[in-house]
Amino acid sequence: MKALFDNPDFQLVFWALVKIAIILNGLLGLVSYMILAERKIAGRMQGRPGPNRVGPAGLLQPLADVIKLFFKEEFIPAEANRVVFHIAPMLAVIPALVTFSVIPIGPNFTVTDINVGLLLFLAMSSIGVYAVTLGGWSSNNKYALLGGLRSSAQMISYELAMGLSTIGVLLLTGSLSLVQIVKAQAAIPFFVFQPLAFLIFMITALAETNRAPFDLPEAEAELVAGFHTEYSSMKFGLFFLGEFTNVITICAVATTLFLGGWNGPWLPDSLKFVWFFLKLAALVFVFMWLRWTFPRFRYDQLMDLGWKVLLPLSLANVMVTGAAVYWIHNR
Amino acid sequence: MREYIPVLLFLLAAISFAVITIGASHVIMPRKQNARKMAPYECGVEPVGSARNRFHVKFYLVAVLFILFDIEAVFIYPWAVAFRQLGLYGLIEMSLFILILLVGYVYLLKKRALDWEN
Amino acid sequence: MIAQAVFAAFAGILVVSSLLVVLHKNPVTSALFLVSAFCSLAAIYLTLRAEFLGMVQVIVYAGAIMVLFLFVIMYLNLKTDLESGAQIAVRRGIGWIAGGVLVAEAAAFLSRRWTLGPAAAPEPMAAAGNTQAVGQVLYTRYLFPFEITSMLLLVAMVGAIVISKSRGAEPKATFERGRPAAPAAEPGASAPAAAAGRDPESNA
Repeated sequence: MKALFDNPDFQLVFWALVKIAIILNGLLGLVSYMILAERKIAGRMQGRPGPNRVGPAGLLQPLADVIKLFFKEEFIPAEANRVVFHIAPMLAVIPALVTFSVIPIGPNFTVTDINVGLLLFLAMSSIGVYAVTLGGWSSNNKYALLGGLRSSAQMISYELAMGLSTIGVLLLTGSLSLVQIVKAQAAIPFFVFQPLAFLIFMITALAETNRAPFDLPEAEAELVAGFHTEYSSMKFGLFFLGEFTNVITICAVATTLFLGGWNGPWLPDSLKFVWFFLKLAALVFVFMWLRWTFPRFRYDQLMDLGWKVLLPLSLANVMVTGAAVYWIHNR
Repeated sequence: MREYIPVLLFLLAAISFAVITIGASHVIMPRKQNARKMAPYECGVEPVGSARNRFHVKFYLVAVLFILFDIEAVFIYPWAVAFRQLGLYGLIEMSLFILILLVGYVYLLKKRALDWEN
Repeated sequence: MIAQAVFAAFAGILVVSSLLVVLHKNPVTSALFLVSAFCSLAAIYLTLRAEFLGMVQVIVYAGAIMVLFLFVIMYLNLKTDLESGAQIAVRRGIGWIAGGVLVAEAAAFLSRRWTLGPAAAPEPMAAAGNTQAVGQVLYTRYLFPFEITSMLLLVAMVGAIVISKSRGAEPKATFERGRPAAPAAEPGASAPAAAAGRDPESNA
């Protein structure tokens, strides 16, 4: 038994599983309560209290919602492609969760540190486009299809600017590993050096997660409910869950890249994850705030912004940062 | 490459979570199907026309341009990582690369290929 | 041992996915199996310590090119194969010949008993990481192909814009900003419809 425990391979797998269990459960709990927080914040911003009936101050609301969704009857429209219909909501959740395997939550708390952590995040967000496209197509419903197509066109347009805006951080760090990027921000977080890139990243993050003001494809007053019109029960629940998990994941990546991750004063190393969560919570709150503040973009305005404004700006940011880093190092 | 094993484990954990959730809801849910419920939803009216209509060519163009600019970004990544070693020549080379692609981008803007008026 | 098991698993997924791409009748499921083939190929790249290449495989191939494929499949509204017997027979004949050539190549390959798995991994790469190694080589020794690639991308960009403009645009004369365009249900039908609509307007 002890020999088994001393085996380095076994230790790798064991500790990875422990961290995965903690993160996965923590994340799912966080997402459900984030949904509640959004509803309460939305309520307060609109001058009403938000859900407060179920449990003390509404704290059992997520549990009630989950139980309700489990017991709903499911409608699979005739002639819908069954396999793809079931895969699409899974594709909404899985990439967002997998990205968390490389995000540094504390100085010693990363599930794993790979050399190309940032590229893993981009790869997972590329896969996330399929959830929307396939969800829309497999429902065999005109509105869902149009909503899915428009939503995926929106997502890929903004993915470009998002990838390019992270190049500035790369130039400053010289490594794609998220752990290295956080360590490089021990003194000053990168949004000080890369304010434009931070802004572009946050805007593209809003568009990638289909949040307001970029949520035209799934807006309530348009196209019924967009690409998830025909989804019900837990498949709809998974789409919903996937959207919010995506928000948390992108905010976590933004915290890592631009706000310094777990860096922060006054706390010992074992408690530094508190800083990470505070910064994450701040960014998520900004997402919610923006949703209830701005009116929705029209689709052509949305695409214009992505292609004609953010793309050249992020390219310019790359060139300027490159020149600046070169000049500073070779004076 | 041992550091990728936890990523694989996380992927398997996420997949099993998704499958178990959908599987459990399938087991638990009530089933009372009839033909009306299964028709595609169109605001309560009878569905008109097939769902598989044709779409505007702009979606195709957006996807193609996305590929091209994505490839450009993919070339910029190793340049950014090896930036310190590449020095001034690296900067000039990459500027040339981006400049040539900017020519294409300006062509795109002039031709108004991505104007979504409708 | 574990490395070989992992390789065998991903190689198995790759082979099965590729076969299902060809064997499935529905084009969308074929495309999805191609996506899974690319993802397992990326995993194989990772086992070969080519991390940058593996990730880029997912970002570009599975994440961009296959999205284009899916858009096109949905746009063209491809039903399952509905061609006549003679065309199918010709295609299948060519397919068998190509398959036979591939099998002969694979047999020649394996009969020489080349070692399976990576050759001696270059040590300097382990310290700096695959991405940095790629960067250092690509922008020094392989500078010329890199700059030519930008030309290639430029040509592709211009070509795509020209082709899509000639297919889908209404005639410029009838179009003003701010006025809703004629509903373009079918790109082919829009041009004659717009031309027919112009004449009454010019008379009024």
